[in-house]
Amino acid sequence: MEQRLLKRESVGQLFAKLADAGWRIVGPCRSGEAVVFKDVHAPQEMAADYVQTTLSPKSVVFPRYELLLRYRFEGKDVKIDDEQITVVPTVIFGLRPCDARSLAVLNAVFSWDYQDVFFKTRLENTTIITVSCTTSDPYCFCTSVNGGPGDPQGSDLLLTPFDADEYLVEIVTDRGRAIVDQAPELFAPAAGGEVNKVRVLADVPVRFEMSRLVECLPRVFNDEAFWAEQAMRCLGCGACAFLCPACACFDIQDEADRQGGVRYRCWDSCGLSLFTLHTSGHNPRTTQGQRWRQRVMHKFSYFKDRLGTIACVGCGRCSRSCPADMNLAEHLQALAETSA
Amino acid sequence: MIAPNIYKPYLMRIEKITDEAPGIKTFRLVFTDEQEGRDFRFKAGQFGEYGVFGEGECTFCIASSPTRTGYIECTFRQAGRVTSALADREEGDLIGFRGPYGNTFPIDDWQGKNLIFIAGGIALPPLRCVIWNVLDLRDRYGDVTIVYGARTVDDLVYKHELEEWRRRGDVKLITTVDPGGETPDWTGEVGFVPTIVEKQAPSAANAVALVCGPPIMIKLTLPVLAKLDFTPDQIYTTLENRMKCGVGKCGRCNVGKYFVCKDGPVFTLAQLNDLPPEY
Repeated sequence: MEQRLLKRESVGQLFAKLADAGWRIVGPCRSGEAVVFKDVHAPQEMAADYVQTTLSPKSVVFPRYELLLRYRFEGKDVKIDDEQITVVPTVIFGLRPCDARSLAVLNAVFSWDYQDVFFKTRLENTTIITVSCTTSDPYCFCTSVNGGPGDPQGSDLLLTPFDADEYLVEIVTDRGRAIVDQAPELFAPAAGGEVNKVRVLADVPVRFEMSRLVECLPRVFNDEAFWAEQAMRCLGCGACAFLCPACACFDIQDEADRQGGVRYRCWDSCGLSLFTLHTSGHNPRTTQGQRWRQRVMHKFSYFKDRLGTIACVGCGRCSRSCPADMNLAEHLQALAETSA
Repeated sequence: MIAPNIYKPYLMRIEKITDEAPGIKTFRLVFTDEQEGRDFRFKAGQFGEYGVFGEGECTFCIASSPTRTGYIECTFRQAGRVTSALADREEGDLIGFRGPYGNTFPIDDWQGKNLIFIAGGIALPPLRCVIWNVLDLRDRYGDVTIVYGARTVDDLVYKHELEEWRRRGDVKLITTVDPGGETPDWTGEVGFVPTIVEKQAPSAANAVALVCGPPIMIKLTLPVLAKLDFTPDQIYTTLENRMKCGVGKCGRCNVGKYFVCKDGPVFTLAQLNDLPPEY
């Protein structure tokens, strides 16, 4: 992979060049105690010392609330205005390698069979400039789910903070090259051959063996007591899905007044009891244990069988922010060990 | 736009409303855009998302037969927010329709076979689509037997069509109502659907059974069919999981590795036996 060097102090100049060329830049910013992705214009606006952002950058390509349709009432008539999606080319800067990988998971959902024009248009206009992890916390488990703190998968450019004032830049895709081409003078050739970035990367221990987890899941499926115990603390609040960079489930709702209205979609979660509730009162998943099982099975078994990838990137957000201190990696570890 | 908006519905005009039973109506819908109507194709078993603008969308099968072109029909019970809003519509009003979605009953593969339709209550609509499809191509199929039951005589849907089927020489129709649901002039059976199926004892030889009804009816009918030597791949049903998108995205109807909206709604019992019981 082609390598370059970028002075940290040059990131401001890069942002200015991109902004001049019409790009929108989204980066991690402090918001109270949280770190969230916001529009930024200069590097000083961004948080510098985060292990992981509180919210993932998912909403750039899959907004929390997104219009699908507008309509107007004219007497007894209804006029549908097709919702035209126009997207400004956007750079997401400073996301972690796990989040960069999550976009492929979302894309798998929105582009198998029927094509979701809203998601695809946003994704096609998004360039991913990832910053490798030099620190981690006990919730991180990317290395257990085929990722890593310097993994280039899903990134267009991968920046690794190589020393106090320089990033090692890896040009992963043509889209990444297009960013370099906006300001080639800022990206110096890496002198003296291939730079080995491994020594600066965070050490993220492997928590469980993925192949064993995948193998044991169908077998544990019918052990209701096992799932009930794992989910005992679960409040069914849905925060894990809200924070998950790879969760794509959504609801569709209408809002209207006498003149007209909109149909929109918004994030939803299989952990919420209303998710599958029929109007008749019948609910295919009545207990939180069954809903927890669905979350795990969907991410690590069904998704893989169906779309060829697991739907977890090991970012740890679901566990870091769980109000009941559920820990996905611990639960997966327990699951993988049941196969022994 | 790189592709059309898959969430944009057809605009349909309600041409005719039929009151079927207490709380149950049938809408006949025509496309407001004639070209869209001419291009529209579907097959028996498929479903759609029917939308009331300002209220939302809900999921029902297409209850009319693909052999009857120029319109589609849906039959629904008024129950929640959207079906209540639908029930308030009048002839001439506009509603949205997205579809057709999902798989189909493999009726082309059933040529020459005897077909046994078993339905309870509001679950006749998905089978009515197949029944008319088969009756419109009558000489391609063997015997057609229909066992249909409801709680009371009043709750039976498609009353006129039941009469029409009864009068035909080429359909064996058995209607039944639950004990206590009969009226003084009721001439049909009295008893639960599984009991009546057992009494009729249709032969499994060269046959396919289509079973749609409330979960309890299905649960008690399956052992009866097994006793009559129907194998799991001779028995078909449709699943009715809650859905929003209808196109395999929103995740709501996911059961095991299947999406009911994409891989269903039609399943054989053999397929259901391999699924987690989450439907």
